[in-house]
Amino acid sequence: MNKNLLYSVTALFDTPDGIIHAAEAVRNAGYKRYDVHTPYPVHGMDDAMELKDSKLGFITLGAGLLGGAGVFAFISWVFLAAYPNVIGGKPYFSWPAFVPVTFEITVLSAVLLTIGSLIVFFFKFPNNSHPLHDTPYMKNVSSDKFGISIQANDPKFDEAAVTALLSSLHPLTVAPVFYDEEELRHTWTTFDPKFLALLVGVALFVSGSTYLHLNKLLYLPPFDWMSNQNKFKPQTPTAQYDDTRMMRSAPDGTVARGFIPYPFKGMPDSAGKYLVNPLQPTSEALALGKTKFLTYCSPCHGNFARGDSRLRGQFPNPPTLHSDKVRNWPDGNIFHVITEGQNIMPSYASQVSREERWAIVHYVRALQRAFNAKESDTQ
Amino acid sequence: MSTTQVPYQRKDLPASVTAFGAGATAAGAAIVALTFMFDHSRGLYNNIIGLSVLASVAVGALFYVALEYLAGAVWSTPFRRVMEFLSATVFALVVVALPLMANLHEVFHWTHMEAVAKDPILAGKSPYLNIQFFTIRNIAFAVLWIFFYAMLTRFSRKQDTTRDQKYTRINIRFSTAFMPVFALTTTFFAIDWIMSLEPHWFSTIFGVYYFSGTFLCALAVATFIIVSLNERGYLVAGLGKDHYYSLGTLLFVFTNFWAYIAFSQFMLIWYANVPEETYWFIARWKNGWEYVSLALIFMKFLVPYFVLLSQPSKMDGRKLKFIGIWIFLAHTVDMYWLIMPNFSRSLVLGWQELGFPLLIAGLITLTFVFKARKENLVPIGDPKLQRGIDFKI
Repeated sequence: MNKNLLYSVTALFDTPDGIIHAAEAVRNAGYKRYDVHTPYPVHGMDDAMELKDSKLGFITLGAGLLGGAGVFAFISWVFLAAYPNVIGGKPYFSWPAFVPVTFEITVLSAVLLTIGSLIVFFFKFPNNSHPLHDTPYMKNVSSDKFGISIQANDPKFDEAAVTALLSSLHPLTVAPVFYDEEELRHTWTTFDPKFLALLVGVALFVSGSTYLHLNKLLYLPPFDWMSNQNKFKPQTPTAQYDDTRMMRSAPDGTVARGFIPYPFKGMPDSAGKYLVNPLQPTSEALALGKTKFLTYCSPCHGNFARGDSRLRGQFPNPPTLHSDKVRNWPDGNIFHVITEGQNIMPSYASQVSREERWAIVHYVRALQRAFNAKESDTQ
Repeated sequence: MSTTQVPYQRKDLPASVTAFGAGATAAGAAIVALTFMFDHSRGLYNNIIGLSVLASVAVGALFYVALEYLAGAVWSTPFRRVMEFLSATVFALVVVALPLMANLHEVFHWTHMEAVAKDPILAGKSPYLNIQFFTIRNIAFAVLWIFFYAMLTRFSRKQDTTRDQKYTRINIRFSTAFMPVFALTTTFFAIDWIMSLEPHWFSTIFGVYYFSGTFLCALAVATFIIVSLNERGYLVAGLGKDHYYSLGTLLFVFTNFWAYIAFSQFMLIWYANVPEETYWFIARWKNGWEYVSLALIFMKFLVPYFVLLSQPSKMDGRKLKFIGIWIFLAHTVDMYWLIMPNFSRSLVLGWQELGFPLLIAGLITLTFVFKARKENLVPIGDPKLQRGIDFKI
């Protein structure tokens, strides 16, 4: 074979001690471009080869700091600028909540970039045609042997001297490794016509079959059983009814189950005149009224219905419910205001059920009585 | 039977160490006595700081001994004796606890029966928090710790002369039994002495918080002693940067662990924002205590983290000795931060706070000197010793 195609001279050893001894001998002989291949990390190899501390740690540190700072900035941007949202009553910039994510992303970016740079910078990926690939040497060192390989581009390299040195260390075998002539001569074109044709073919096949599947196949019987069901759909015209509508409205006067219509819409005086509180003022009714009052009414009316809103001016305060006007109202009037709303107070009919509204009326009456007690109440 | 014979010549520790121990103990005891004279309550709160730091060293060291047996670790075998000597401070622990046991009423609010009667929360906790059960519990802790200390060190000592491997097996059994005991006793020790100072407050992670600091503190003190002894040749030859690196890594790991737990505790309480939990942190963020809180983050996390981050610094004896002392102080500050805000809601820091740390340092030194006078500093009969000396990272 051609001398210029020599890549390295390799030697195989049987034990980790043997390879450490060999590495020391090669180092002492003054060779610089050599490498050791072992099936597992051999302790003490760094010292034997006089390797300097790996620079990989700095990449890890940089990647971790960069990832941590980046994700912290990102979360801050999201919560301060992009999508400011009050969560749990906390300020927008709630940095303690950012810490767990920052920590995780710091670790993640440190790990991923460490492994990535290990593969790219240190293993020189992608390298598909390393001369050591597919050699008996590589097969041995990746199962149970320990190998050393002195490269031909070492300034001190001389094939005879290197072979002699390695043979003197009692190896199992000493063998030269050559570049593969065919691989050296082979040139790779990135935009190979065949490759481009394959790319186009795959693209056509994938998009074509997706199109067929989603737009044609699904509407062919029998695959249309989901989209084509045997039923009437609302909002579609039909010849079955005179008004051509598929969706029917309920007959006049229909009342939904469990629903009692309110007959005094817009008629507070009639409500006061005809409605009677169906609940007895028991302690249960008062307790229910208190709960609902504190939940729905107290934010504006105040805990004692004095009109001392807790909203601190963010919403106009309602007047006190201890005025003569409200105290002289019949129960039905109060019920009407809760049901329908009044001035800027909205209707609470959907939040508070009919029975709960009557319980609130009892509770308001109790509050009014407490603030304007009669002489007889104190006895 | 172990056949390897490790060359080891026992040397007495220099008199300066004894002098330091005696001096620190005397000075500490004097300051403690003065504190008790001028401000009895403040002395008692400081006493709890001293007790919890000393418990960290004593029980943390014992945990380390048990951990080594259980994990089958070899790298730490050459200096296991240092840990055993440190755990001998369990006896000093009893002495330090005595003034407190006599004055429970002065520091613990839950001992005030008239307050408990009016307070439904304290009344609910009274089956656990009452003087009888508290005393029984803590006596049980002391008895258990002394028992396991006595057993683990007894068989280790016997091995020095007999070189019998069966003692390692026996100690593995004792270590197995000690692990759950350790987990429960340290948790309840922390709840009893530190968390119950604020009997309305609770944090379910508190036991883990104390444990993380405990192991860190014991390891830091041990690292300082191990590196100092090794540099002066009191241990066997052959211990070097590989062993230092392992110690440094463990310190680094537990620094992070402490920070992780401390932050978890803070963040959950901060996020839930429930008044009966947050007031504990609010008290530590007002009236001067905020500086202690910030100093704690700085001392117990940031400085050790950045000092120990790089590989060469974990192998550097000087840095390890510095960080050993530093973490011991940081743990003391941690206990101060946990305990003293219950004494005063505004920052108190003065000569009174020096007494117990000095006394504790002195007691640890004296105990160590006392043990080193009679026993080998290296477990020469341990079958793992030679492998431990040959340990390479």
